[in-house]
Amino acid sequence: MVEFTAATHPPRPVTTETAPVRMLLIAVGILFLAVFLILPVIVVFSEALRKGWSIYFATFADADAQAAIRLTLLVAAIAVPLNTVFGIAASWAIAKFEFLGKSMLITLIDLPFSISPVISGLIYVLLFGAQGYFGPWLTAHGVHIIFALPGIVLATVFVTFPFVARQLIPLMQEQGSTDEEAALTLGASAFRAFLTTTLPNISWGLLYGVLLCNARAMGEFGAVSVVSGHISGLTNTIPLQVELLYNGYNFVAAFAMASLLTLLALVTLVAKTLLEMRYGESLAPAVGL
Amino acid sequence: MRIRLVDIAKDFGRTGALRGANLDINDGELIALLGPSGSGKTTLLRVIAGLEIPKSGSVLFDDYDATAMPVQQRRIGFVFQNYALFKHMSAADNIAYGLKVLPRHERPSKAQMRSRVQELLDLVQLSDLAKRYPRQLSGGQQQRVALARALAVEPRVLLLDEPFGALDAKVRKDLRRWLRELHTRIGRTTVFVTHDQEEALELADRVAILNLGKVEQVGKPDEVYDNPATAFVMSFVGDTTSIPVEFSGDRLWYEGRPLNATFGASQQGRCRLYVRPRDVAVGDYVAGELAGTIVNIHRTAAGRRAEIALGNAKKLIEAEVDITAQLSCGQRIGLSFVKGRVFPE
Repeated sequence: MVEFTAATHPPRPVTTETAPVRMLLIAVGILFLAVFLILPVIVVFSEALRKGWSIYFATFADADAQAAIRLTLLVAAIAVPLNTVFGIAASWAIAKFEFLGKSMLITLIDLPFSISPVISGLIYVLLFGAQGYFGPWLTAHGVHIIFALPGIVLATVFVTFPFVARQLIPLMQEQGSTDEEAALTLGASAFRAFLTTTLPNISWGLLYGVLLCNARAMGEFGAVSVVSGHISGLTNTIPLQVELLYNGYNFVAAFAMASLLTLLALVTLVAKTLLEMRYGESLAPAVGL
Repeated sequence: MRIRLVDIAKDFGRTGALRGANLDINDGELIALLGPSGSGKTTLLRVIAGLEIPKSGSVLFDDYDATAMPVQQRRIGFVFQNYALFKHMSAADNIAYGLKVLPRHERPSKAQMRSRVQELLDLVQLSDLAKRYPRQLSGGQQQRVALARALAVEPRVLLLDEPFGALDAKVRKDLRRWLRELHTRIGRTTVFVTHDQEEALELADRVAILNLGKVEQVGKPDEVYDNPATAFVMSFVGDTTSIPVEFSGDRLWYEGRPLNATFGASQQGRCRLYVRPRDVAVGDYVAGELAGTIVNIHRTAAGRRAEIALGNAKKLIEAEVDITAQLSCGQRIGLSFVKGRVFPE
């Protein structure tokens, strides 16, 4: 028989680690963040400002730089709303109905995560390029997809479409449909029920998904690089312009453009945190993040 | 409003399916749909609401065929099992929801809406908590907000799915009494689903007992308790134990021993006798119809419950005995059946 003896050291909650272990884990976490995230961000800004603010701002006076910024904003303005609508529709279908091929749809949504962006760009070149399947026909009809805006939008949509759907699917599955049913029994139309119950219930997940989608849409390099053709002032987005400048040894301008994307990321993060602090209280149950 | 459900069938490929359920609900009555889980009671309630469309059969509202009527037009009030309150709206906004979504020409003015919400808050005794959000309310308070929200649209029938399921025993009892009073006051046809027979018997004017997708019996609490139509109703409503018996000649026999009464047996041959514990009289070894041995005895709220092994077959039967009775495990006793019912096996 086992003898039970009194504990020789003071008891501590079984779910926490000892102080040295805790400190080690925290230190590892902070060090990792500092080396791989914070340091690069600092480098981007210090390189961009190496020759002072006036040179920094001069970068954005350049016509090609402005064109790149405009193009990036335009692409995001098309791709993000499209993927928001698609993401809501797909996650609604997956979370609220049973249908044949549902798991297939879920797998397909994840496809862009598992395919290299360069490959997804190539797919469009193969389909719509000059030597592609539809290329000759399109050229004959005066439609330009590859090396033009439509190709860049297509590639961006492809790469960014999982973001909203991936955020919403688990959220909607967890919430079920009783809120919508309640709205219907109270006389609301299906669309009204969607606006007044579904949308508020998924608002945080949706916002987060849209922010991620937007950040990726503006920052996408690989897929866009393949379809854009790198025509400075015409089909170069910010990331492509950064590459162009960097390869031309124009480091300050390259980092200045890069700092724009970095700023976008930081603003996104701060905006999300502020929104959560301001409205998180009244929407706490809806946060599924 | 009167509701007639005729031969409702609904196939899910899982539990809760309906297989030809029939039920007539009278105007203004409070009726319980009682049954075990998977019996289809919630499905039937959802069919009345229009949240499920039956595969066959029809739903009549006051003789008007409402089978295909969209849920929005049925003018029903539905209280969901988990209340389904809108989390991002205050209690008052939840209650006002049904008024806000009315088409413009029917929608009351802002002031009218406010006074109507106030009225309903008073009715459910939550006037102080109008501005609270659902998660700031207790289960019982959420339940009452859900009820007020359902009542706001002046529904022709009030449908409640397991209304007290998620509440603790004390709150449950208070709310039950309160709902009964509310029903008397507003006099609206009310249908509620429950798996708790005590709740159904205490609260409802009539009880409909469902099993395997069919309504087995509908009647006043006394009727279903005292005159169960089927073995299922007998064993589901109230405690029951049963023993296999044989009806031969004009007597019931258990293991070759005759019983004193036939308990309504009509068909010759093997059948089953159902007895409630309080209808088993326990006495001296020599006095009873049958002999048995007490194998277990435990306290219930009101008295004691004895488990008795009968004869050689060791069939167990439960009996309610007096607290003062001197009984112990292993004791040999005699027993007689005061009341019981025979159903085919």
